[in-house]
Amino acid sequence: MPDRRMVSVIVNGRGVERAVEPRLLLSDFLRHELGLTGTHVGCEHGVCGACTVLVDDQPARSCLMLTVQADGASVTTVEGLASSPEKLHPVQQAFWDAHGLQCGFCTAGMLITTVALLREHGAPSDADIRAALSGNLCRCTGYQNIVKAVRLAAERTNGRV
Amino acid sequence: MKPPSFEYVAPRTLDEALEALATSNGEAKILAGGQSLIPLLNFRLARPRLLVDLNRIPELGYIDDRDGGLAIGAMTRDAAVEREPLVRERMPLLDEAIRWVGHAAIRARGTVGGNLAHADPAAELPAVAVCLGAELTIAGPRGRRTLAAEDFFQGYLTTALQPDEILVDVWLPAVAPSTGQAWLEFARRHGDFALVGVAVSLTLDRGEVSNACIVLTGVGGKPVRARAAETVLVGGQIEDRMTPAADAVRGAIDPDADIHASKEYRTHLAGVLTQRAIHTALERALAQDPSALDVRRALERMSRYA
Repeated sequence: MPDRRMVSVIVNGRGVERAVEPRLLLSDFLRHELGLTGTHVGCEHGVCGACTVLVDDQPARSCLMLTVQADGASVTTVEGLASSPEKLHPVQQAFWDAHGLQCGFCTAGMLITTVALLREHGAPSDADIRAALSGNLCRCTGYQNIVKAVRLAAERTNGRV
Repeated sequence: MKPPSFEYVAPRTLDEALEALATSNGEAKILAGGQSLIPLLNFRLARPRLLVDLNRIPELGYIDDRDGGLAIGAMTRDAAVEREPLVRERMPLLDEAIRWVGHAAIRARGTVGGNLAHADPAAELPAVAVCLGAELTIAGPRGRRTLAAEDFFQGYLTTALQPDEILVDVWLPAVAPSTGQAWLEFARRHGDFALVGVAVSLTLDRGEVSNACIVLTGVGGKPVRARAAETVLVGGQIEDRMTPAADAVRGAIDPDADIHASKEYRTHLAGVLTQRAIHTALERALAQDPSALDVRRALERMSRYA
């Protein structure tokens, strides 16, 4: 039997406890153990940014973290952004309005990265936006509208995201 | 891919971590921020029997004023360095270079100690540590020892660390007055490892460069200090010395070619970036020492991107 550890993590505001192998990546924990498949796994080595989540309010590649490292932490995934099923999070709404997504594969990572950016810089310049998004790849190459969406989200939220 | 199986411990103190390493027969890996090690595990390029996770040792995370300089604990996150006013005020080279380390999500996890101990030949912080004359303290079963950064880096992904030792502290001496510093690098995509990066620190005294340090990354197995170029810059008319300094840098390096860039291109880039970084460092030194009129006039005459 592989060694398993009890972990206790707050995911999207809800406490969960599971016994996991130390080698289980946080991305796989979210997707396979908790069914939170909104977090996408692209490259699985920290290059594409699709699996970005917030860990204790800081952005992190969930494929570059072990689940055991998140023991005691609070994790926010794309499923935890909107406050209710009826109303999108302001950043999600801005992506919708500005056509900031095409196939949607990279979108969860883009949204989380944007939330982290706007919490740090309420009014980012285009250069700030592009630098912040540089760690998130969009293979539809819809970057122009993604940048527009972030700008729109920044204007609408004024740092309160 | 997924990591292979390993045993895992997350000690709460440095002593416990050293104990775990001491009993692992060299089959352990230290997990700091994980931004380089976990990809290696995912690719199964690394297959340690034991992972010693330092993330639950609070005593290793700090940025403190110490002996006139700045002390940074090995587990201090890159993002914490980026946000730290003490770094912004007193270590401008580090403040500038840390922003080039990966991306925001990488810097939120990645640590100063992990970056240095991993010793990627194209990473920013090893070159910065050498340029700033950092002193690195290592803890091990035989006690503590302190090494100059220049002696810490030994080659491609290789440092002076023994398998049972842990890098615990980085001390940066105070930057001298009238010093200007600059970090410049070029990468094809923002956040990638640099094709070439350069750290420059220049100190002015009575209108001349009295001290120079130039360290490059991406052009060898470890940070390359361009001593010949430093010698060219010190003393005399700065105007006549920029091009010879860049030539000295090109002459001192022998970079490898790879899929990203040829040897010739990297060599060319090293010269161009060095010249620009010297220019910027001089401007910044002048901002602190406006009396250095000869340097100011020389800068005004020189084109920025010669």
